[in-house]
Amino acid sequence: MSLPAVRLTDAVAVQQQFPLLSGVTLSLAPGSLTVVTGANGSGKTSLLRLLAGVLAPTSGEATVLGVDLSRHRTEVRRRVGWLGHDGSFYQDLSVRENLAFAATALDRPLSAIAPALERVGLAHRSEVRTKDLSAGQRRRLGLAWLLVRRAELWLLDEPYASLDDQGRAFFDDLLRDVQRGGATVVMSAHDALRSTALEPDIIVMAGGRVVEAS
Amino acid sequence: MIRTAWLVARKDLRIEVRSRVLLWQVLPFGALALLLCGLALGPADAGHSRAAPGLFYLVTLFVTLLMIIRSQAVEQTAGTAESVATLGLDAAGVFIGKSVALTIELWVSSLLLLGGTVVVLHTSLIGTIHALPSVLVTLGAMACAGTLYGALTAGGEGPATLLPILALPAFAPLLVAGERSFSAALHGGALWEWWVIDLVALTGYVAIGVLLYGVLEE
Repeated sequence: MSLPAVRLTDAVAVQQQFPLLSGVTLSLAPGSLTVVTGANGSGKTSLLRLLAGVLAPTSGEATVLGVDLSRHRTEVRRRVGWLGHDGSFYQDLSVRENLAFAATALDRPLSAIAPALERVGLAHRSEVRTKDLSAGQRRRLGLAWLLVRRAELWLLDEPYASLDDQGRAFFDDLLRDVQRGGATVVMSAHDALRSTALEPDIIVMAGGRVVEAS
Repeated sequence: MIRTAWLVARKDLRIEVRSRVLLWQVLPFGALALLLCGLALGPADAGHSRAAPGLFYLVTLFVTLLMIIRSQAVEQTAGTAESVATLGLDAAGVFIGKSVALTIELWVSSLLLLGGTVVVLHTSLIGTIHALPSVLVTLGAMACAGTLYGALTAGGEGPATLLPILALPAFAPLLVAGERSFSAALHGGALWEWWVIDLVALTGYVAIGVLLYGVLEE
């Protein structure tokens, strides 16, 4: 049996004396798709930030992709991909330049950029500055960013926000492919069932804890 | 480290070329500030004032603070910090890259401001050219120190107001050494001694940045 992609045991994260996560325990299988839901301030984004290695666990055990987060956060960071709900790119660089930056940083071939842009339908916008893209196009660029870097764990913060039905369908389709490829996907959403046509595992958070998992 | 530094420096410079914030906002501000300095001295004094080097560095300080804030702001747009953090870039390389980009931007600014000093404050052209090496080293040291303090204040509240308070004590010796060196180039005196002080400061800030930038970023 393979190791879990994510395993947290009583994980606590505190920032500036404020508890962001107050004892999260969960285990996610490799290749699974999980939606983290809950009210504003429940800890959804903090959980994603912890899994990304951006937020350090203060106590408890946290293992991501078999790597101990307390000791080797940099290694975890290079293997996960983050997509924030506001774009997550250098606004004055073009679509292609942003992807080239990520690819070069991670020793990925630049030849991976064109197929990724083709896959997300942005090939015709490759020389456009990111700030000039629509919200939906920026989201697609985020997906291309994750495709180019071949992330093993996709962390998507409110990916369906401000997407129309066509955009949601496209997103679902791509996430299915990603899952088939073996990557694990964790995303936050206010309304898990309305967000996606996929059949995800659902985690409900409140007060920095997991209160329900199905 | 060098590879990351090259990647980050190229990215920062490319952003600056595209956005033209330096060209259309910071440089005009610096030119206006220098002009106001000339007006404040008045036509009688501007031509032979010993204050010109100090005024040049005062204006350069304002420009430097604006550029440091700008350099950190491009990393802080919503979600960008997380995305870039997950690239796992070498922190020392990021420090070197951002410092190099900021240094080049300040060098470009200083060439315009030195030209302005000759025109507005009537410093001698030959003396100003003699001061150029020390100006370049001083600005390199300010860029390294500024990159460190920029990272320190970027995540906090009100970085635009916090940065000058924290960075000015670090800049003060650099500004004094730069001003003395510039004055020596114009009026005679110990040019190289002050230049060496800035060079030592530059080396020190590079060492501190390479060692500590990762901690500051966290």
